[in-house]
Amino acid sequence: MSKHVVVIGGGVAGLEAAGRLSREGLDVSLLEKDSITGGHLNRWFKLFPDRRDSSEVKDYLEGLTHANNVKLFTNVTIEKLNRDKDHFSVLTNDGKELIADAVVVATGFDLFKSSRKEEYGYGIYDNVITSADLEDMFRKGEITAADGTVPKKIGIVHCVGSRDEKAGNLYCSKLCCVTAVKQAIEIREHYPESTLFCFYMDMRMGGAYYEEMYREAQEVWSVNFIRGKVSEASETIDKKVVIKVEDTLAGRPLKMTLDLLILMAGMEMSEGGIKLAGLAGLKTGDNRFFEATDHHFGSNKSNVEGLFYAGTCTSPMNITETISHARAAVSEVVDYLKNS
Amino acid sequence: MKQEGKQAIWSEYQKEIADDKYFYVRSCIRQNFFPGSEVAFLRILRDVLKKDVYEHPCHTTCSGIGYHSDVVPVETAMTVVARQFALMTEAGYTNYVPSCITSFGLYTEIIETWHHFPEVEEKVRQKLKEATGREFEIPGNLAHASDIIYKFRKEIAAKAKFKLINKNTGEPLKVVDHIGCHYAKMFPSKGVGGAEYPYVLAGMIEEWGGQVIDYPERRHCCGFGFRQYLVQANRGFSVACSKEKFESMKPFKPDMIITNCPGCPMFLDRWQYVINEMEGTRYGQNGEGIPVFTYEEVAGLVLGFDPWDLGLQMHQTDCEPLLDKIGIEYSPEDKYNTTVNSLSEKHSSLINV
Repeated sequence: MSKHVVVIGGGVAGLEAAGRLSREGLDVSLLEKDSITGGHLNRWFKLFPDRRDSSEVKDYLEGLTHANNVKLFTNVTIEKLNRDKDHFSVLTNDGKELIADAVVVATGFDLFKSSRKEEYGYGIYDNVITSADLEDMFRKGEITAADGTVPKKIGIVHCVGSRDEKAGNLYCSKLCCVTAVKQAIEIREHYPESTLFCFYMDMRMGGAYYEEMYREAQEVWSVNFIRGKVSEASETIDKKVVIKVEDTLAGRPLKMTLDLLILMAGMEMSEGGIKLAGLAGLKTGDNRFFEATDHHFGSNKSNVEGLFYAGTCTSPMNITETISHARAAVSEVVDYLKNS
Repeated sequence: MKQEGKQAIWSEYQKEIADDKYFYVRSCIRQNFFPGSEVAFLRILRDVLKKDVYEHPCHTTCSGIGYHSDVVPVETAMTVVARQFALMTEAGYTNYVPSCITSFGLYTEIIETWHHFPEVEEKVRQKLKEATGREFEIPGNLAHASDIIYKFRKEIAAKAKFKLINKNTGEPLKVVDHIGCHYAKMFPSKGVGGAEYPYVLAGMIEEWGGQVIDYPERRHCCGFGFRQYLVQANRGFSVACSKEKFESMKPFKPDMIITNCPGCPMFLDRWQYVINEMEGTRYGQNGEGIPVFTYEEVAGLVLGFDPWDLGLQMHQTDCEPLLDKIGIEYSPEDKYNTTVNSLSEKHSSLINV
């Protein structure tokens, strides 16, 4: 009888890990809290750097699990997770108990709740939206202000909830800069007459072809990059957004009226991950993500033997890194089960 | 504007406000700027709400105006504040209520400093003891006087004779709320509603029938800013700050401005006159200014106090257009008549020491 592995989380990392583990001949159960798998891929339209449709990645990942007979359980949350001698007992909200020889935690990340940055007015001002809201617009093919008009002057705020002591997140979410660049280009493609301003602290373009996208945004699409944090947003009588920002390179304050303000929400440890950490006694770091046993040699290993991490539940990652991390987790699980 | 978004933030920034037995400390400058306001506060608390409010005759400046003008060192300010707390302790009170926003900010800052640096508190205790022989307790509850009126806004509404409604149209009056910078910008959790969307005055306006205006420069300083005004060469900047706000609020056609800081009503009121003299610009409707009030004055008007008892004749921007809108009767000939029924005779409860 083959060994049984429970994978918690049906996003990019969970799908990749579940499919690969099953391909290794293991009996795999994949638990997903939502009604569908795919996680954040379901909200993103085109991916950087190659502008691939996110559905292609989702189709590949789901195809991997289907082809390898992964047992999928949706609308499932974990109520108990205990290690008993050489196996795990996983109790779900619908009363199911799964006995597993190993567990892969792939609970991913939550987008930073932008309303916590009160000064930007998300959830208060009609024309302040997030990067995720904009992806919804891209998918519908309708990028409009709240009143349905075409936005002509648009601002993008980087680092919303990232590198922000006040928000409790000192870390960089890594993907917001490149998301801003991608979305700025997409808006300019959609509305060539629009004017785009990106307000950044540093441009962190640390991925393959990211820097090239940044150059393209400036040279081809004339996106304006202004080094400075937006200090506050407010609303005019006709629902435009007034922002105040310091241009730190020019050394002067700016005040600007925009049709649309887009907040690049950062990544945070998921609520599901925080709950699981409490249930299973898993260590978390100062950044609240799961803390692996070793940054270099054990980035998939938890403090509980037989329980492994995959993907952005340990730190912000892009999809390429997430898939690689999930594959590494598979390798660790296989090694563990061989030797246990 | 999504009101539910603001309500979510307001729900996160609620503070504990004592419900009786207040040790009230007046502002250095309010009695010169708008002398009826603090009197109105005492009258509302004592006569209308039947609360115990104590004033100590030995209370002095908190020194905040000097501290924020960079002429009083923080250690000196702390020792002065420690003495005020000693007066409260000696009087047997624990609920400290400053009239001034800068005092409130300074008290908050000092209590927080002592919390994080207890050795500083100990040093101040020693110095106060050496200099005066006094000892003190830190207040059990620190609330600005506007917090107190906010707390009892529903009780005031229940006793109200007037609402913030235009009697001719039946529409709510459009009210700009302006919060003193030292209320919550330094410590958001110490202010009702936080720093970005303060609710302390908005809550009064809503409860008394008005409609709050959220305009782009709502958070902007009134222009007092201490050294902006106290240094004569900077006064142009002070006027410019106020002008920025007036230009921003004008499209919303506000009927009135309500404030909770000593300096803000002074400058928002006086600078309207100055700007009109300089440029011929008026920001209210029908060629008038926008009347500016303290929250005590508005509470008093709602409760039916005589406008001249509230000291509204001290306003440079005429308040009569607003009184007419609400339907408050007043005697034009008594506006500057100081011989009729002095307030202290009418309300002996205002004096307790």
